[in-house]
Amino acid sequence: MFEQLNSIHVSSLLFLISVLGILLNQKNILVMLMSLEMMFLAVSFNLTFLSLYLDDITGQIFSLLILTVAAAESSIGLAILVVYYRIRSVITVELMNLMKG
Amino acid sequence: MYLLILVLPFIGALITGFGGRWLGYYGASIFATACVSISMIFSLLAFYEIGLSGTVCYISLSSWISSGTLDVSWSFLFDSLTVVMLVIVTAVSSLVHFYSISYMQDDPHFPRFMSYLEIFTFFMLILVTSDNLIQMFVGWEGVGLASYLLINFWFSRLAANQSAIKALVVNRIGDFGLSLGIFLTFYIFQSVDYLTIFSLTPLLSSHYLQFAGFEVHSLTLVGIFLFIGAVGKSAQLGLHTWLPDAMEGPTPVSALIHAATMVTAGVFLIIRFSPLIEFSSVVLTVLIVVGSSTAFFAAMTGVFQNDLKRVIAYSTCSQLGYMIFACGLSCYNTSIFHLSNHAFFKALLFLSAGSVIHAVSDEQDMRRMGALVKFLPTTYSLMLIGSLALAGFPFLTGFYSKDFLIELSQVSVNPNLDNTSGAFACWLGSLSVFFTAFYSFRLIYLTFLNNTNLNKSVLHKVHESSNFILLPLIILSIGSIFIGYLTKDLFIGPGTDFWKSSIFILPNHSYFVEAEWLEAKIKWLPFMLSISGVLLASLINLTYFKFYLHTKFLRFWLFLINKKWYWDAIYNKTFVYPILKFGYFISFKNLDRGFIELSGPYGLSKLVSIWSKISVKLQTGQLTHYIFFMSIGLCFLFGIVLNSAHSFNLNLHLLSFYLVLIFFI
Repeated sequence: MFEQLNSIHVSSLLFLISVLGILLNQKNILVMLMSLEMMFLAVSFNLTFLSLYLDDITGQIFSLLILTVAAAESSIGLAILVVYYRIRSVITVELMNLMKG
Repeated sequence: MYLLILVLPFIGALITGFGGRWLGYYGASIFATACVSISMIFSLLAFYEIGLSGTVCYISLSSWISSGTLDVSWSFLFDSLTVVMLVIVTAVSSLVHFYSISYMQDDPHFPRFMSYLEIFTFFMLILVTSDNLIQMFVGWEGVGLASYLLINFWFSRLAANQSAIKALVVNRIGDFGLSLGIFLTFYIFQSVDYLTIFSLTPLLSSHYLQFAGFEVHSLTLVGIFLFIGAVGKSAQLGLHTWLPDAMEGPTPVSALIHAATMVTAGVFLIIRFSPLIEFSSVVLTVLIVVGSSTAFFAAMTGVFQNDLKRVIAYSTCSQLGYMIFACGLSCYNTSIFHLSNHAFFKALLFLSAGSVIHAVSDEQDMRRMGALVKFLPTTYSLMLIGSLALAGFPFLTGFYSKDFLIELSQVSVNPNLDNTSGAFACWLGSLSVFFTAFYSFRLIYLTFLNNTNLNKSVLHKVHESSNFILLPLIILSIGSIFIGYLTKDLFIGPGTDFWKSSIFILPNHSYFVEAEWLEAKIKWLPFMLSISGVLLASLINLTYFKFYLHTKFLRFWLFLINKKWYWDAIYNKTFVYPILKFGYFISFKNLDRGFIELSGPYGLSKLVSIWSKISVKLQTGQLTHYIFFMSIGLCFLFGIVLNSAHSFNLNLHLLSFYLVLIFFI
């Protein structure tokens, strides 16, 4: 049904794209959050494929768990973003320099 | 009795030193002089018992250091050589003590002075009586220390401090050589006792040693090191610079240290080690060359010195050169004979110079004296005796030892002996005789006979010294006249058995008989030379005959000799200042405060703060940078893990590469 190699390729490609999306994006924090979501997606994608391939339910359980965690995480992240926007009234990444060492 | 000779000055020094305030001026003077005088009486008795009656006394007190084969004990060897030195040291010392009572009368630190004089005498006695090298070294260093304390007696004077430090440090150079000699002796002989060393020496006469990559004759090496010690202490050419500067001390000190005792220690060492030195022709040659060069150099320098005491100091240096080259000619008994005679007339000269200086309100420059014969007739006659004895006038002490020395060197000129260095010694020694006579009489003329150059106010106050000053002078002058004649047959008479085994001369080095068969004109040569020196000095000073030194060449030579051939200047330029600069700039500033500080506490603390500042800069606060570092870090981690699977070396290289990269980001 599914080629194992193909599925791994697709998921890892997706993961890499999302990593590059975080890395190369210098401006918009929303894009970064979206890339983060994509990263979760890639991981859970991978898990689902592998669970099917290995005929083991654990992967799918984990995938579901990741989905919930991702949903919770994105909600908290967006909440933080909203709070941040209310204080600074800007969400440009370059201007976020309050964490200076 | 033998130990009392040593103990008395020591006790005297301790009591006068620590209880000086309690003793006071009279107490200190009586006590100190009594201690040394009793010691002198005992040493005369020892001289009678050992020297004349022909016994040898050996006293072993206790063990000092005992470790493995090294066994050093506190023990004392009284043989002929020792008792001669004992008599010289204690006699001159007690006369100097007696002299100081009046000379140092007004000094507030009188007990301290007496205490130093006594401690000096004590260490000198330790030096001459010891039976091993280590104990001898105690005395050797002790007289160095005492000379420092004595030259530095007026410690508030800068010049006195400087010259005392110079004396100590220059002596220490020689002492370093001597200590090397002691170590080497122990390495070769496995013992530091004289008796063991001397009895083993013939056995090791062809013993060779690896030294600095060369095969060296071990006895030669020991002899050279011992001679370096003697060079320092006896002010031979090379390390002589301290002796004239040491005139900064009070005059009795000069008389004690630089006439009779301390400077003779080096000669004594050489004579004591005659059984060892005899087996090394190299050392004998070195002794001859250095000794005769010193004799000539110092005599020539003395001619153009204008300081009363400095002239006598150079004369001492010159006479020590005579003694050393006499040792080089294997005439140890002539050397010690000259030493004992020299002690008397040089102490006489120094103490008379002190009397003169005392009389003219502490003026030391001879050019500013003159015509003192009317005011100081006694001092004049005493000083004349001293100068005549020094110049080797017939039938005074100097004649018996010095002229015989020159004769012995004349013997070695004989081409059959194949002793070229002996010819060197002969020529330089004979020339020195001329200079010696010249500067002695130049001193007499400038001080006593010429027209006066003194201030009228000073001239009004010129007075003959008290009897306390004159009495030692008179005793010394009697000694200067008669000692040579009285002890001639004892010390250097043909076939005398006075020295027994304390001096050893190889039979093929003995020229005593040959000296008797020299031609008459050669025998007259030293006398003629000294007479011509006297005549030249008289010619210049009595008549209006003048050597006008207008030519630039002559002026140059005059200046050169007056400035002591620029030895001091050259030493300062080539050794002292470079070493001082090295010490300050290299070892202090660059190493101690520089490199070691940087690699130690200072540099490390600085490094930590610099690195922490750099690593703080990595956290910019930019979210993107953090993400960049996270991903780079992950890459590194994977890279390291993958690489370490292949090889560990690459890993280390990569690690350092990454570290450098982080450091320079």
